[in-house]
Amino acid sequence: MSDRLIATSPEPALLELENLSKYFDVSKSLLNRTIERLPKQILKAVDGVSFSIKPGQTFSLVGESGCGKSTVAKLVVGLHKPTGGQIRFDGTNVADAKSIAQNAALRRRWQMIFQDPYASLNPRWRVHDIIAEPMRVFGLAGSSTELSKRVSELLEQVGLSAMDGEKYPHEFSGGQRQRVSIARALSSNPEFLVCDEPTSALDVSVQAQILNLMKDLQRDIGLTYLFISHNLAVVYHVADMIGVMYLGRMCEIATPQDLFRNPRHPYTRLLIDTIPDLEMTGKAREPVAGEVPNPINPPSGCSFHPRCPLANDRCKSEIPKPIHSATGMVACHAAEEGRLPAPQTVAPA
Amino acid sequence: MALLEVENLRVEFPTRRGTLLAIDDVSFQIEEGEVLGVVGESGAGKSLTGASIIGLLEPPGRIAAGQIRLEGERIDNLPYDELRRIRGKKIGAIFQDPLTSLNPLYTIGRQLVETIRVHTDDTEAQARDRTVQLLTEVGIPAAERRLGSYPHEFSGGMRQRVVIALALCANPKLIVADEPTTALDVSIQAQIIALLKKLCRDHKTAIMLITHDMGVIAETADRVAVMYAGRIAEIGPVKQVVKHPKHPYTIGLMGAIPIVGRDIERLTQIEGSMPRLTNIPDGCSFNPRCPKVFDRCYVERPDLVPTGETTAACWLHAKEKTGV
Repeated sequence: MSDRLIATSPEPALLELENLSKYFDVSKSLLNRTIERLPKQILKAVDGVSFSIKPGQTFSLVGESGCGKSTVAKLVVGLHKPTGGQIRFDGTNVADAKSIAQNAALRRRWQMIFQDPYASLNPRWRVHDIIAEPMRVFGLAGSSTELSKRVSELLEQVGLSAMDGEKYPHEFSGGQRQRVSIARALSSNPEFLVCDEPTSALDVSVQAQILNLMKDLQRDIGLTYLFISHNLAVVYHVADMIGVMYLGRMCEIATPQDLFRNPRHPYTRLLIDTIPDLEMTGKAREPVAGEVPNPINPPSGCSFHPRCPLANDRCKSEIPKPIHSATGMVACHAAEEGRLPAPQTVAPA
Repeated sequence: MALLEVENLRVEFPTRRGTLLAIDDVSFQIEEGEVLGVVGESGAGKSLTGASIIGLLEPPGRIAAGQIRLEGERIDNLPYDELRRIRGKKIGAIFQDPLTSLNPLYTIGRQLVETIRVHTDDTEAQARDRTVQLLTEVGIPAAERRLGSYPHEFSGGMRQRVVIALALCANPKLIVADEPTTALDVSIQAQIIALLKKLCRDHKTAIMLITHDMGVIAETADRVAVMYAGRIAEIGPVKQVVKHPKHPYTIGLMGAIPIVGRDIERLTQIEGSMPRLTNIPDGCSFNPRCPKVFDRCYVERPDLVPTGETTAACWLHAKEKTGV
């Protein structure tokens, strides 16, 4: 469990997000707005999110659809431009890298793995070319023999055969394709991988293979992961730190042990209550009420208050501020005021 | 007599390059009011088994052998018109994507009233009352006012509730639910599972719950059938199969699922992947991936044999029985 201790050590973070926001303008066209007298509509996909990841750690973001976890991933790798806030990678503000050369030097150090291995590989390219592309783009390729040698190494590293480079993506199963995606991500020797639901499209036995592979790679080459998932059990298995998001805001950050044993945000408790009980303890569960509201028109104050059993007047009007502790964070008025009842969830052994 | 009996079901897909065997000698029963979970990875044949029962097998797929009996009467060889009367009236269906199960051009009320009137002798007004009652039962607030809404005006979870109401219209004996919660968020999934359980209890409806999620099965089902490459690998009471699986595939599958609170560095890994229908290995189809494979597995195909409280198709357990 030594890697879990890194969370509290004073080592500088590899990635820091500070007050990161991304708003999307989802208004109708100017003409329609004028005629129908509609105001502008802004979707706050990510609203003031801060967290940091230490080198060699896995930070997981969990939440339901529309909570903004994938938008955070895209902001981090630069597929979206933030509306506000800062992203610092290894001490450098990413927005400061203005020249192409600076940008490339920085971007070579991170890569992304996407959810759908059927959509993220070009069907007209041989696997060899798919994996070699990042090396070509960043000018890491020497001669073509060196390139082929490196591609073969990568294929073997992710558990495929060197001969597979000659094949096309359709000749592989979903799990093998995800291995190809991982090999491609590793080809530019990154330190940091952003994984957006990397196993959600896979069967459980294949998911286990990919999760094991990702853990092996982390141990062998010291990768740092931002791991996004909606599956709490997967997150418990892979993460060193977990961040729970709801409607664009961060509710709670904690280590997996703390989060599942002593969840401090009512939304985290709701999520934990929904995990199907494979241990068959037969425990009675609180029926979960309500659904995630429309993010274009989120509730006032704490956006969770309409579903929260502990909500009071303050929750309806005031956005809760993050309360930091030694190992985590929680943004909840009830937690701040000590109105939080003891967790009812069965503590995992 | 069981409510549904499936006996030696065999489903084939004739193709230009030969016939593919998608379901091979599958037999099971569902009792009245029972929830049978059918679990397996993609390509295991679980959805095809469900489709065969409701008679929605897509051509060129066809039932090549075996029988499906509902309340003792064969339903696998019925002409199209007779099958239509059973489907919806005696067997309801719930599919994965609620948006494609509902007609986007008709209001929710219209679709429910029409379905009720097709299957019962209710008048328009009676059907309308029943619709409101059904929608309330599946947890749609202010049902009376939502009758005029179109499917796109509902959220994913609410749409799935409407689909469940639709499946319940004619008080069917059996509901075939194919991945009913897969497209939904976790908190909505928990709500839908609770709803299915409650309906099963209140109406004594049997449910065949097809899913890839062992967690959903553990929460809902009474018995579970684990499918692999078109066959049932193991079938038994859900508690036994989840906690003390007997078939090496089930054992691997259970170890591969991450569980909150189980601190392990690596998950159990079943090497390789499910064989394609074009090259299912001889003998036991799991033999290339099985950690306990031995000679007999390569030549002979194991049948389901009782082992303890479950039934597994594995030579490991047959050996115990025959004392070889």
